[in-house]
Parts: sequence; C-alpha cells; structure tokens
Amino acid sequence: MTISINAGGVDRRLLMDRSVTGRKAFTLPASDVPTQNLPDSSLLRDDVELPEVSQLEVIRYFSVLSQLNFSIDTNFYPLGSCTMKYNPKINDELSNLPGLANIHPLQPDVTVQGAIRLLKNLQDDLGEITGLSGVSLAPLAGAQGEYAGLLIARAYHDARSDSARTVAIVPDSAHGTNPASAAMAGLEVVTVRSDDQGNVDVENLRELANSNTAVFMLTIPSTLGLFEPNILEITKIVHDAGGLVYADGANLNALLGVVKLGDLGVDICHSNLHKTFSTPHGGGGPGSGPVMVTNELAKFLPKPVAVKTDVGYVLATPEMSVGSINGFHGSFSIAARAYAYIKALGQEGLRSVSENAIISANYIQAKLRDKYDLAADRYCMHETVLSAARQKKRGVAGLDIAKRLLDFGIHAPTMYFPMIVDEALMVEPTESESKETLDHFIAVMRQIDDEVDSAPELLHDAPHDLPVTRLDEATAARKPVLRWSAEV
Amino acid sequence: MASSAHTSPNHPYIPSTDSERAEMLGAIGVDSLDALLEDIPAQHRHPKLNLAAGLSEQELSTVFGSIAAENASPSSGYISFLGAGSYSHYIPSTVRSILQRGEFVTAYTPYQPEAAQGTLQVGFEFQTIVCQLTEMEVANAGMYDGPTAFAEACLMAARVTKRTKIGVLSSTDKRLSDTLLAYSKYQGIEIVEVAADATDIPDDLACIGIQSPNFFGEIEDVQRLTKLAHDNGALSVVHVNPTALGMFKAPGEFDVDIVTAEGQPLGVPMAFGGPYVGLFACKKAHIRQMPGRIIGRTTDTKGRTGYALTLQTREQHIRRERATSNICTSTQLIGLMVTVYAATLGKQGMKDLASLCYQKAHYAAAEINKLDGYSVKSSGTFFHEFVVTCPSAPPKINEALLKKKIIGGLDISDRSESGMLVCVTETSSKADIDRFVKALSEIGVSA
Repeated sequence: MTISINAGGVDRRLLMDRSVTGRKAFTLPASDVPTQNLPDSSLLRDDVELPEVSQLEVIRYFSVLSQLNFSIDTNFYPLGSCTMKYNPKINDELSNLPGLANIHPLQPDVTVQGAIRLLKNLQDDLGEITGLSGVSLAPLAGAQGEYAGLLIARAYHDARSDSARTVAIVPDSAHGTNPASAAMAGLEVVTVRSDDQGNVDVENLRELANSNTAVFMLTIPSTLGLFEPNILEITKIVHDAGGLVYADGANLNALLGVVKLGDLGVDICHSNLHKTFSTPHGGGGPGSGPVMVTNELAKFLPKPVAVKTDVGYVLATPEMSVGSINGFHGSFSIAARAYAYIKALGQEGLRSVSENAIISANYIQAKLRDKYDLAADRYCMHETVLSAARQKKRGVAGLDIAKRLLDFGIHAPTMYFPMIVDEALMVEPTESESKETLDHFIAVMRQIDDEVDSAPELLHDAPHDLPVTRLDEATAARKPVLRWSAEV
Repeated sequence: MASSAHTSPNHPYIPSTDSERAEMLGAIGVDSLDALLEDIPAQHRHPKLNLAAGLSEQELSTVFGSIAAENASPSSGYISFLGAGSYSHYIPSTVRSILQRGEFVTAYTPYQPEAAQGTLQVGFEFQTIVCQLTEMEVANAGMYDGPTAFAEACLMAARVTKRTKIGVLSSTDKRLSDTLLAYSKYQGIEIVEVAADATDIPDDLACIGIQSPNFFGEIEDVQRLTKLAHDNGALSVVHVNPTALGMFKAPGEFDVDIVTAEGQPLGVPMAFGGPYVGLFACKKAHIRQMPGRIIGRTTDTKGRTGYALTLQTREQHIRRERATSNICTSTQLIGLMVTVYAATLGKQGMKDLASLCYQKAHYAAAEINKLDGYSVKSSGTFFHEFVVTCPSAPPKINEALLKKKIIGGLDISDRSESGMLVCVTETSSKADIDRFVKALSEIGVSA
C-alpha cells in the first residue's frame, strides 16, 4: 500500500479518525465522597461520542496544526484595519496569574479589589487617550462596542423624548459591522457618499442630516487610512441637526497622543483592545471593544462600570444603563493585557506607537506608488490603501497579488475593502515592524508587479508552497460539510 | 524643530531608531512627522496625555503581582461555592500547553484559508465536538459567550418562524434574559415569561427559551417543553451546561431546534467573567439563519482536503444591514481551549467528570440538608448547583463565611426566599465541602 503525502507531509486526519477505543489522555481523580444515588436512568445518556486519543497525540495533533498557520509571531502580517502588531508575551503571562485567572465573576467586591481597580484604571486610561471620560469595558468585541454605542445613542434620544430619530448615517466606505449593528439597534441605514479625495462628502452629509438623524457613524481614520480633514465641520453638522457622532475606533492605532476623539466633537466611540492595545487576535477572537462616551452620556453606559468609592472599588450600574449586553463584566483577562500594554508604554511610548505606525505606512506608500495606484493621492495615517487596478488591466487581480504574497511568507493585505476602491489592497504595517521588514515587503511587492508581465501564471496559481493551494469555496458553500462524521 | 522629536525613546515594542525614522521621512519626502498630520486640526494635534511613564517588564510584573494579591482566590487559601454561569473546573496541562502556541494565539480570523489551515481545522473540530456533545446536526465556530449565544438563538427563532414574541421559561438565569432584552430592544420583539410547568403557551411565540439545568441547577423536562413549543408552531431553544452533557441526555435527542451553552466550563479559566465562548448548534434546516462564523470542509486545486470559512453570505461583511448578526468573531482562541479540553477528556473523561460533579454536589446538598435551620430546596434532579434556604439572610451568612476564607454560594433571595445558590464541582474536595458545611452550621441563625 502506498503511503500518501497530504499537505506537505502533514497528517491532516481529524481527531475522530485517530480515535481508538479505550485510549485516553486524562484521568479524573476517584470520588472522595460517599456514593450518591443517580437520577432516573431515563434522564441519562449512554455515551458521548468524543475522541479517544493519548495525551501525546493531543499535543502533537494541535502542535502540528498550529504550524499550518501564519501568525504575528512567525510572519509579517500587514492586514489592513486589523493592526497586527506585536502581542507582548508578558501580557499573556500576567493575565494568567492565579489571582486574576481563578477569580469568579460573582465574588463579592471586597474579595476582588485588585481586579476592579485594574478595570477602573483601564477605564481612566482609555478615557484619557480618547478624550471621552465615560467608559464601559463590557463589550466583548468591536461589533458589540458599536452596538452598545448605538444603544446609548438611542437611550439618549429616548430620554429627551426625541424618539423619532431612527436613522444612522453611515459612509459608503464603512466596515460591514456598522450597518449590521445599526440594523440590530433598529436604525435605518442611510449612506453618505465619499468625495474623490476619500473624505465624507460634506454637502451630501448636510442634505442627509435632519431631525430623523440618531447618529452619524464615522470611522476615524477612515477605512481608506485617511484622517477626515473636515472633521470639525462634520461633527458640527450632525450636532446642529440634533444627532450624535459615533466614531468607530478600529483605527485608533493612528491617534494615540496624536489627537483625542473627544476634542473633535465625537460623542461616542469604541476601541478594539485586540488591535490598538496589542491583545492577541487568537485566530478570530476573543476581542474586547470598550465603549467611551462624553460625561453627559455616561449614565447610559452598559453595565458594569468600575467605580471608586469611599469603601473601595465597586462594580456599578449606571443610572440609566442600556443594560447587560453579555454575561458578566466583559473580557477581563483581555482588559488585563491591554492595561499591561498601556503601563509598559506609558505616555511617551503610546505617542511613539502611533507616530511610528504612521511613518511606516507612509514609507510603504511612498515606495510603492510608482507601481501601484493609491486609493487617494495624499499622506495616509497608519495604513495605506493601494489599488491593483493597473495590474488588473494587465491580467492579474488583487486577489492574485494577495495570494502570491503568501508564497513569500507575508500575510496578504486586506483585500477588496473598502468596497469603494477598485481592487483594494489595504496595507497596515504597524509600529512593530522594523525598516528591514518594510523594505523586504516593498521589494516583494515590486517583484510581484514584475511577475504580472513576466510570469502571470505564478500569480494566478498562487500560493504554491502552503499546506493547501486555493480552495474550492463555492462547493464548500453549496454542499456544506461542517463536522466530522463516520461516513465522510 | 521637527516634532518627530516626540518619537524619541526607543521601546522594546518599537524597533525603528531615530536615524531610520529620519531616513523613512526622507523617502516620504517630508522633513517632519507633522507634515503627515496636516489633515488633523492644528489646535487639537498632540494633546497632552495624562498617563504615567512607561514601565520596564520587571516593574510591570511587580504592579500586576500586587493587583493579583488583592484578590481572593484558591491560591490565597479561599474556597468558593459560586457557579451561576461560571464554573471552577480543573484545566488539564494540555490546554495550557497548546495555548502557548503563538501560531494560534497571534493569528487573525482565517480570511486567507491557505495561510490559516491550523485555525480552520481546529474550528472544524470545535464544531464537531459541539455537535457531539449536544447531538445536534450543525454548529457554528463560536459566539462571544453563553448569554449572547442564547440571545442570538432566540432572535434566530424569530427569523425562522417570522414571529416577534419570544417566550423564556421562568426558571432561566436573568443573565440570559437580560442579554436577550439588550439584544432585542429595538427589533420589535416582545419577551414573555413562560411558567416552567406551563401546559399551554400563546400560539404566536417564536420559541420557548429553556435553560437546563436551569438557573437553580435543576434538569428541565426538555422533551415535554419542546413538544409544547412544536405543537404551537414555535421552536425550542435550549441553553445547556456542557459539563452536564457528559451524563444527561442531550437536547438533540428531544428534537430541540437550537442549542446554546456557555463554553467556559470546558477548560476555560473563570477569569472574573471572560473571555468565554458561546456554543451554538441547530438543526441543519435552519443553517442559513444561523449567526456567526461557520467553517466548512472542501478541497484545493490539487484535490487535497482543506477547510475554509463558509456560508458567508449570511454575514455582515457581505450582507451589511441585512446580515443575520453583526458578530464577526468566533472567539476562536477560547474555542481552541474547549477543543483541546474535549479531546483531552475524551469520551470517558467527560462521563467521569459529570459523574464526579454530580456525586460531590449531591453529597454537599445532603450534608447541608441535615443542618439545623438549613434546607435544600431543589427537589427534582439537579446537576452541580442547588438552592439552600438559609436560616438568616444569605448576605449575612456569606459575610461570616468570608471571615473563614470561604466564598459562599450566590445570594438569590430575590428569586427564592432566603435562598443561596450553592455550586460544587470536582475542584471541591470532600474536605472543602465538609469545611463549608461545618462553617454553615457554626454560623447558623447567629449571622
């Protein structure tokens, strides 16, 4: 029998295909209490169908799988809008201290003073950084932070008996979660155009903002990596119409010590701790999306909010809170990591983060602009949006370029987003990467541009040397196989 | 003076040196950072940040050491009998070890499947394990936590049935119904309570939301309630404790439509409430209304097996305001912990664990029930939680317990008179339980 080599010699069999009756990876202690009567057998199940593998097999299986991934620890990962910066190891270590990892969320406040103090300090720091001093760390991800922000906006209007405000104005460049969150908050989404410079079309906004406007949702810097030059006029237009301004803080990595959102007339924002504040992305979560608001709106924040009182730190419910948006107090051990990050960098270090992120992105833009079109011909903030429109005309799509980058061990940029840019490739290098890494990326991108003419098949078929080549995603969706079964 | 002077002290997390920055600014064609910031209103640029100076790693460790020391935990000699949605369980070394793999920890959502087969295959294993535990047909790759999974399941039932009234069983944890309320507030949804012993329900409910074991630890008659729901054109949404599934019949056996759970008990630290992961499974027929990420198996251009995100047309990045949810995470890393945990415990381990929890909880309940003034209220079959009716106010008793380094059960006197919800898992030794029982006895009515 021939031994087949799958995916570079890696054994991809699933756990259930490795299962051998009677094998085990773990032993429970014997019961040390007198035997209790079992409930009626009609309630009990016979067996749980789960794998039976050895302990070594568990470790080897997952270790080998991990090696099939690109990650920040192993690769340059310039995925735009995701801020794939270094995730400091000390933060993981500290958040796992037994005094933080092994505390129950419902312990009396007096027994968790350290934990609540940490939350309070992080709230204060995020308030200081954004200029919006009302902070709740409850949201479990950016999208939940957005949703919490919209609930706050609605509660604010409701409290003023101004409930006819049921429209969220969203730019055409917005991330998909903005309209999805708005819909969850029962708001009708109205789209405002971008102008040819990638800015919000101010005249269009002026036409749209009226007595129905609940909130204007603006990503700052925008998804084009640009700072909105008309921001003060924009916030004034929205406020004059009686609406609130919500800033999507996905791109906050550009703004630390550079500008405070609260100073610009923003009323509500969220921040992704897993982006700007270095907490690991984990292959798709856990995230954490604290929501920050003006003093005036603080009474509407989701619960809980950490507060310092005469008798110590307590978890409190704001006076007119929009309620509980999840089970407990948010992603505590993610908050602990973010707090460690802020403490490690401090005032100067955080400023340096954004300044270096901005310089790195502009450097890449300057070095590639002769080969790739720019979404907007101006200085960018922490990320640059390239367009592969020129390459497309020569027969190669943005997708092909993204896949070809993988062959060089570089993760692809964010593709085809924002949707208003043709063949978009959104590149965010972050402050974590050295000039040598940026130069290498630039050289690879230039070589790929040469390959568009010299060896287009290399791009069409890329990636070549990864665990798999391009996958048939159409069949995956048409005939979904979503779990192991004995038959497949 | 160039304001790039701001960017002075080098930090271990930032590699660029002054000369490299100057070189890059030169290549950009500007002489200072400020030239790149001209779109920002000048009067608001470079605000003062009132934050402390940065700390070295050693200093940071000291700061965190003192924060952690202010908390009462098993490592500072406390024993605890709290549950109610977050549970103390032993976490095997395999889970902690795999969690050290930076390749899992520092990857992003698998948008480039060729570069994320590790994450994707783990997610496929996770979906398999959720299906196996619940005996449901399909599962997604994970939600934020149990309560948000439950809320999204009820909203999904409303989409499937095109009805706007959601029934929630009266024995359900308020954390579930409160989250549902926050999720459904502006969606024209009405939430109504269904009595646990109801024999009929309104004929316009989208679902009955059931928790089993319920908030009080008791196993609900899921079979009967599911039939009641179906007889009235409603779906049955059941929120389970995954540890209990090592022992009790799975919801899939009772024709349940959607199953959710808090994944935390499966190898995830309590960590003061998060991050956790929500488990979410349903009947295959409803899959296109399911929220969240879903991973599917497929093949590459060479015919080799691979995995990719699939059925993405349900999701926000494609469907925007018409998406099934705004969620764009699967809480993948916590899903990894759950997956490694389930693989480690395996078939026998999950069974043994459930049995151990059951034995210990029932032993504790029996011992407490013998005490003067205390009685165990839970009459039916309970899993690892039960209600103790106390001789004096539970907060008073808990205060007295705390002096003995015991964190007592949850005060639920708002839901059950003088009620304390006590939780016992395999991490409580008989000695711990006996110490708790003795303390309760000593405190008695004197509290």
